[in-house]
Amino acid sequence: MFVLSASSAFAQDTTRGVRIGLTYDPGTKPGVVVLPIRAPAGDSLVAIFERDFDLSNRLAVVRLAGTPPPTAAGGRLNYQFYGTVGAAAVVQASVTPRGVHVALHDVAKGTVATVHDFPLTEAPYSRAWRHAVHGIADQVEEWITLRRGIAQTRIAFVRGNEIHMVDFDGEQEQAIPVVGAALSPAWHPSGQLLAYNTYGPESRIVIHDLRTGRTRHFGAQRNVTNLTPSFTPDGRSLVYSISTENGADLYLMPLEGDAFPRRVTVGRGSENVGPSFSPDGNRITFTSDRTGHPEVYIMDADGTNADIFTAFDFGDQNDRASPDWSPDGRQIAFQSRIDGRFQIFTMSIRDRQPRQLTSEGENEDPSWAPDGRHLVFVSTRTGTQQLWILDTESGKLRQLTRAGGTRLPAWSPRFGSR
Amino acid sequence: MTVTTRLMPVVLAFFAVSALGACRRAPEPVVPAVDTAAERMAREAELERQRQAAAAEAEAARQRAINDSIARVRAAEEEMRRASDMLRATVANVITFDFNKADLRDDAKAMLDTKIPILLANSNVTIRIAGHADERGSSEYNLALGQRRAAMAKRYLVERGVAEGRIETTSFGEERPICTESNEACWSQNRRDEFEITAGGPMLRRP
Repeated sequence: MFVLSASSAFAQDTTRGVRIGLTYDPGTKPGVVVLPIRAPAGDSLVAIFERDFDLSNRLAVVRLAGTPPPTAAGGRLNYQFYGTVGAAAVVQASVTPRGVHVALHDVAKGTVATVHDFPLTEAPYSRAWRHAVHGIADQVEEWITLRRGIAQTRIAFVRGNEIHMVDFDGEQEQAIPVVGAALSPAWHPSGQLLAYNTYGPESRIVIHDLRTGRTRHFGAQRNVTNLTPSFTPDGRSLVYSISTENGADLYLMPLEGDAFPRRVTVGRGSENVGPSFSPDGNRITFTSDRTGHPEVYIMDADGTNADIFTAFDFGDQNDRASPDWSPDGRQIAFQSRIDGRFQIFTMSIRDRQPRQLTSEGENEDPSWAPDGRHLVFVSTRTGTQQLWILDTESGKLRQLTRAGGTRLPAWSPRFGSR
Repeated sequence: MTVTTRLMPVVLAFFAVSALGACRRAPEPVVPAVDTAAERMAREAELERQRQAAAAEAEAARQRAINDSIARVRAAEEEMRRASDMLRATVANVITFDFNKADLRDDAKAMLDTKIPILLANSNVTIRIAGHADERGSSEYNLALGQRRAAMAKRYLVERGVAEGRIETTSFGEERPICTESNEACWSQNRRDEFEITAGGPMLRRP
């Protein structure tokens, strides 16, 4: 049992970029203790913080066996004790009338490193409340490791012919209403719009506004299939594929003004689909069968200098698809058929050495998390198509969905920062 | 011999006798006259029965003729319907493709050749060609591949005289499999174009 002091020992301002304890280096995971929160929904807050830190794969949550040692006079924690259990940081939070007050303690220094009052007015346990709590966890993670967490993100995906999305921790799955049989959800960089395409007669590109629920759509034409929309990093345009009797080419469509699509690829009858932008917006990676079978290509954003990216050879009937450019711009994840099944690969732009990341079951449709470290993809390893998340640094795998038939995941950007 | 014919000699004889009797002026009791009234009634009754029998016979014959006519018309309609169903089935026949290919194989061309005369003979008929793919390959690539498979079949038909505006193309990619086993027997069925009549009357005429 401890007493949270409301004394002036707490600073009133966030100090961003505060690094706790040891020099942060990848491969080490600072230990963190989250103290119990005695308040309505306090247990849930602690549970969400701890789980978010676990799932980040960058912090080691230390769960105390019994009650924490008492706080000394003046609100001082027993830093020596926390040092012995392996914690570099202690998160001490309390519920206030307007939200959550968080004090982050640096165990090695034996002081409070930073404090902040987070507004939290949403109804406890609601989807919006959980979303806000994930944002607090991400901020705490940034205080400790200098890198903001990805707990406050969502993964959109296809289930049946519908678009669904789920929180980073697998909770709160929801469907968004669609105007037809839907595929290929894609996030706007603001996190506020989702694009997808419908297929069959009247195939079109749809943009769904998650704030208002309103949709706009374009492209419906006879004898045309519109597919694989992808927003530009500046959020002002959308690139997608138009498939006609003359093959499928990528087109750029500005979102504002009297817009019409402008052709980007010159496929000469080949199929060119699935664009993904480099984070600086200068280049596009995409799938093309211009050599007779699907491979991954890179071109400049204006369509020039298209060149094959997956130039390695696995034998006859090479089949590569679904590229996704990493948020740090350094590598592209994609799927490649090997031994008759698709597996997830990454390849860095520089060294062009393919790295195989999966081997069990069939694995497709990789999508990078905003941290450029985690990947979500579809796997049949359990017998049905499920979404799995891989930490490309540690190799840790986590099953994200349980109900079958999930496909085409798209990891959201971080939803606003603190 | 009818009753009338048999009676005729009797009647004639009667007239002859009565004529002779009138000459000889012998007013004998006319027993035959009393018999004649009864006979006449009997004869008329008999005649009436004959007339009714004949009428019934004629009515039956007329009815048989009508029924024969209806049956012939129905048979002809049934024949037309069967023929139209076969023509519709021919138009709806599926064509299949090799893996990751949209080229028309020879068997696909032969199948398309059977549709052309029917489409040319029924110019009010419009169709939709939907391209499909098997589950291998990425779903997104397969959606584009399906569109191309539909486009290839359409181009073949248009080059051979079917008006372009009568054929619509679309794609369902790998989203509408007709079987779900993971083997070539199933995959080869899923790599297909389907043909659906979207307008043009229930009955198709023979080419």
